[in-house]
Amino acid sequence: MNERKIYFDNNSTTPADPRVVEKMVPFFYQIPGNAASRNHPFGWEAEEAVDIARQNIADLIEVDPKEIIFTSGATESDNLALKGVFEMYSRKGNHIITLKTEHKAVLDSCKKIEKMGGEVTYLDVESDGLVDLGKLEAAIKENTILVSIMWANNETGVIQPMKAIGEICEKHGVLFMSDATQAVGKIPTNPKEHGIHLMAFTSHKMYGPKGVGALFVNRKNPRVKVTSQVDGGGHERGMRSGTLNVPGIVGFGEAAKICKAEMATEAERLRKMRDRLEQSLSSQLEEVYINGNVDHRMPHVTNISFKHVEGEGLMMTFNQNLAVSSGSACTSASLEPSYVLVALGLGDDLAHSSIRFSLGRFNTEEEIDITIDALVKGVNHMRDLSPIWEMYKEGVDLESVVWQEH
Amino acid sequence: MAYSEKLLDHFKHPKNVGTLDKTKSNVGTGLVGAPECGDVMRLQIEVDEASGMITDAKFKTFGCGSAIASSSLATEWIKGKTVDEALAIDNMEIVEELALPPVKIHCSVLAEDAIKGAIKDYKAKNGLQD
Repeated sequence: MNERKIYFDNNSTTPADPRVVEKMVPFFYQIPGNAASRNHPFGWEAEEAVDIARQNIADLIEVDPKEIIFTSGATESDNLALKGVFEMYSRKGNHIITLKTEHKAVLDSCKKIEKMGGEVTYLDVESDGLVDLGKLEAAIKENTILVSIMWANNETGVIQPMKAIGEICEKHGVLFMSDATQAVGKIPTNPKEHGIHLMAFTSHKMYGPKGVGALFVNRKNPRVKVTSQVDGGGHERGMRSGTLNVPGIVGFGEAAKICKAEMATEAERLRKMRDRLEQSLSSQLEEVYINGNVDHRMPHVTNISFKHVEGEGLMMTFNQNLAVSSGSACTSASLEPSYVLVALGLGDDLAHSSIRFSLGRFNTEEEIDITIDALVKGVNHMRDLSPIWEMYKEGVDLESVVWQEH
Repeated sequence: MAYSEKLLDHFKHPKNVGTLDKTKSNVGTGLVGAPECGDVMRLQIEVDEASGMITDAKFKTFGCGSAIASSSLATEWIKGKTVDEALAIDNMEIVEELALPPVKIHCSVLAEDAIKGAIKDYKAKNGLQD
């Protein structure tokens, strides 16, 4: 492949849209006010800009702007929702239900909650990544206060049955929180239509700047409250203190506005590109497996295992010109591969062989062509080097081999 | 994480990739690691029985770039050495030569184990003392 750098790691972060950056720039110096300064025009201008942004973000997910709480990002929003509900509703109960495939921001918040005296059920998912609704309902107990299930998975793009989950929560009178970081701005995500009471998301996954996110908190039927986790000046209705990141929020708002306007056409464009990538790789290479449910999936994501090829090694064949993500353990200090793929029952060997491609607004058809070419060459190179590919080709039953684990 | 030039060269142009006839009495095979761990290394040696010299070495590795480079380097180093000299290769020599980062040290351990495994197999086949 040539020396052009291709970015297919948009689930990690998206580049900011130039239209977003343009809107932000004046708020660094021409309009420097603190949105909480109520007694001079600098403050008023900043506050007005924040109001417009809040409206744009509320419009994107079709809620009232008063239901948007600004944070530093989805990790903080997840922490605020989980710990905030746990503290606020402690008299009602202490049990939370979540999935094993959630983001670490949810899982680690839940672990902290367990240390604080909470009880957490971590549900398994089915082999396609979806939650079993029967198992979810069966897990709800007298003391359950919250179900936390992500809208779309970051590694596989699998979309959970949000509406059905919302109905179960409604039936049992428990709150429903969703980490919708990977879904907002890319597919319609109206929390009210899905029975969601709290929803975390962030700017930098939807072509806005890093360092700013939001938590939707339902205001009516029911009126949901969370105990603040950051205390101070009582900003954001007392739920999240701290001077608002005005340039960041302005950018977030503009990003939301653009996403709303372009969502349908963009999703279709990326879906076609993603499908072509999958089809070409599946037809040009043997033993290619797509991970997760292909019918309930984000349009811009594919997670593919190339059997008997180690993911990080494969990535090295791209000569650092193609940015993707691997479920292989080799990039981390631990030897464990992706816990999300392992939760799908993939087997560690296929998890080590996985590559996630996450497409975005600035990717082109030509980049798909270059990527297909690089992948086919890379996988073939790695298989030529792979003893287990050779054994597989010779018909050796790899399950029967006694491996010397180290 | 930036890799050293030597590591990248061994990864892009691996030396001695291939398979020796494991049924021959003077060929020893070491197979270490496990697919579940993300690395499997197979290193083979062909030994001149009269001199105890390793005349050929081949490898195949499933793993990350550091694992592939470590095994490629290992085959280069042991060719032309006697079995006893090859046994003396320490994994830290591989770490230094390829400038492996700390998280990749296990790749060099695997290469050392693969050399030792191949020699052990050769000795066992020929009734030599380990």
